Amino acid sequence: MAENVLRLEDVTMQFGGVVALDNFSMEVNKDEIVALIGPNGAGKTTAFNCITGVYEPTNGRVSLHGEVIVENHPQGKMKALYKGENDGKYTNVVSHTPDRITYRGIARTFQNIRLFKALTVYENVLIAKHMRARQNVFSATFRLNAKEERRMRDEAMALLEEQNLVHLKDSIASSLPYGLQRRLEIARALATEPSIILLDEPAAGMNPQETMELTSFIRQIREEYKLTVFMIEHHMDLVMKISDRIYVLDFGKQISHGTPSEVQNDQKVIDAYLGVVEDAED
Amino acid sequence: MENKRIQNLTSVVFLLALFALVIFLEQVIKPTDTMAMLLTVTKKSAVYALVAVSMNLLNGFTGLFSLGQAGFMLMGAYTYAIFTIESERRDSVYYYFDQVVNVSLPETLGGALGSVGWLVGVLLAIILGGLVAAGVAYLIGFPVLRLKSDYLAIATLGFAEIIRAIFQWRMLGPVTNAANPLKSYVRLSDFKIGTGDAAINISTFVAVLLAVVCIGIIVMLINSSYGRAFKAIREDEVAAEAMGINLYKHKQIAFCISSFFAGVGGAMLAMFANTVQANNFKSNMTFEILLIVVLGGIGSVSGSCIAAVFFIFASEWWLRGLDSGRFLGIFAPGIFRNGFRLVIFSVGIMLVILFFRRGLMGDKELPYYVKWIKDKLTTQKPKAGEANG
Repeated sequence: MAENVLRLEDVTMQFGGVVALDNFSMEVNKDEIVALIGPNGAGKTTAFNCITGVYEPTNGRVSLHGEVIVENHPQGKMKALYKGENDGKYTNVVSHTPDRITYRGIARTFQNIRLFKALTVYENVLIAKHMRARQNVFSATFRLNAKEERRMRDEAMALLEEQNLVHLKDSIASSLPYGLQRRLEIARALATEPSIILLDEPAAGMNPQETMELTSFIRQIREEYKLTVFMIEHHMDLVMKISDRIYVLDFGKQISHGTPSEVQNDQKVIDAYLGVVEDAED
Repeated sequence: MENKRIQNLTSVVFLLALFALVIFLEQVIKPTDTMAMLLTVTKKSAVYALVAVSMNLLNGFTGLFSLGQAGFMLMGAYTYAIFTIESERRDSVYYYFDQVVNVSLPETLGGALGSVGWLVGVLLAIILGGLVAAGVAYLIGFPVLRLKSDYLAIATLGFAEIIRAIFQWRMLGPVTNAANPLKSYVRLSDFKIGTGDAAINISTFVAVLLAVVCIGIIVMLINSSYGRAFKAIREDEVAAEAMGINLYKHKQIAFCISSFFAGVGGAMLAMFANTVQANNFKSNMTFEILLIVVLGGIGSVSGSCIAAVFFIFASEWWLRGLDSGRFLGIFAPGIFRNGFRLVIFSVGIMLVILFFRRGLMGDKELPYYVKWIKDKLTTQKPKAGEANG
């Protein structure tokens, strides 16, 4: 059996009375490319936010390499309000801030690019290196550990070289064209030295040509950095071409799961995307 | 790399020239000269430059809009004064109270090690002032740093006022002398080489040197990996957190370091002002410093320094004539009377803000503009050549 990298068990996220993610379980194995698809508002980004610690799920558990990184059960007011299943199955509370989760090896990009806009390309990547630097404020300020600083700079530079961004090193991040901003955001995520990368709609706003390039780019980073990739995507071309497995969400619930061809031929998926048969006359 | 070395060398040469100029002026200008005011305002602007830069570290580089600067300066000033009051004069300073702190660091160390010990004692007292401010900032940080933008500003402003009230509290009189001023501690004017009439006064030099060293440390912090993390927090908190930057820890670090240097600035202000009284550290002072930061450019260290010099020179020296009836050789006591200076001053600030919306320097530093001017000059030259050819 393939090694489990990321595993979600019964993750439920409820905002007041709205169940954004309902009893969602899934797993991502080592070296896989797994996609999460679904119509708008299906809860895809909510799932990402539960994994990366931006939200605390109402119920459920997330583990990375077998180690629990997020776990919660309905508490306080939520106890009475809770509409999901499996309450009482989880008893621990494990909660980390996003930075701790990134430190454990999950990197992510955002749906609407979140670069450090006023800083240069180089600085953007360099900031991601800060987390793993062995230094404190004192030694960093007085350059007592110059080797560490040089190592950070060299690694950031090497990463920019690999991503063909060296010539743009000193340009301001917000001045880059859209496609390059996406690429920089991925480069920045890679700089945190992750074991799994979560891409939130990497092809959003790209033309077919750029989407083609992105397809090979994602494959390439998987090989080069020995990464596992978990992504949300709307471009079906890209998803079907690249994914090993696909999970489909609709209204927070998982409605299908399987290889691209299995998912493509699943009536439930077709219904979710096109509406039920009676309505889908055109 | 080569470029950076040249830049570093240029700044070192520039600073050495500045020190030489200060020492030279200090020897040339006699206390009775009309130019003697130059030395006074230089000292004060050194203090304000340091405090403005420390505020900029928080407001401009970390994106935390804090207004607690006066409170932290007050703590630095009091701590410094309490630990350097001459033991002979203690009874007259603490007239109404039985003083608790009976140590004078410069005297104790000076007695043991001579003038070097005295200097170390003064430095220790200054650093202690900074540490007290940083320690209190650390405690205040727990509740306050969970707030954002305006709410953070209001909370820190409130804490600064609370600190001022506490220092005036009668029950603390044995330590802080309550609402009465502290005096007879080591002042800037005590910095002399030699004794008697032949003594060389180096007070301005000491003020400028202290400010330059502290600002230098802040600049080094900003250019380090931690400085980059601060900027990341300023740019986008969510993305910074996703890059593994612990928001709370880094905000706490920035807050404490900024307060440390505000405390040092407060100690220097005490050395400059000859007396310390909690009543002087009102929120007004914070707003003066904020004004300097905004005028100089939020996120520019050199901008804060330049704005501090202009602000202090203008308000304390150049425009003083407007208060007393004579300005730029015009004698018109009917118009130039008390308060007119403030009118001119406000108009001037409004003009600066109108024409330089992001402050004098924006978020760029001095070398950027030097390079910009150089580029302008070099691109013009070939054009002139073409015209001739």
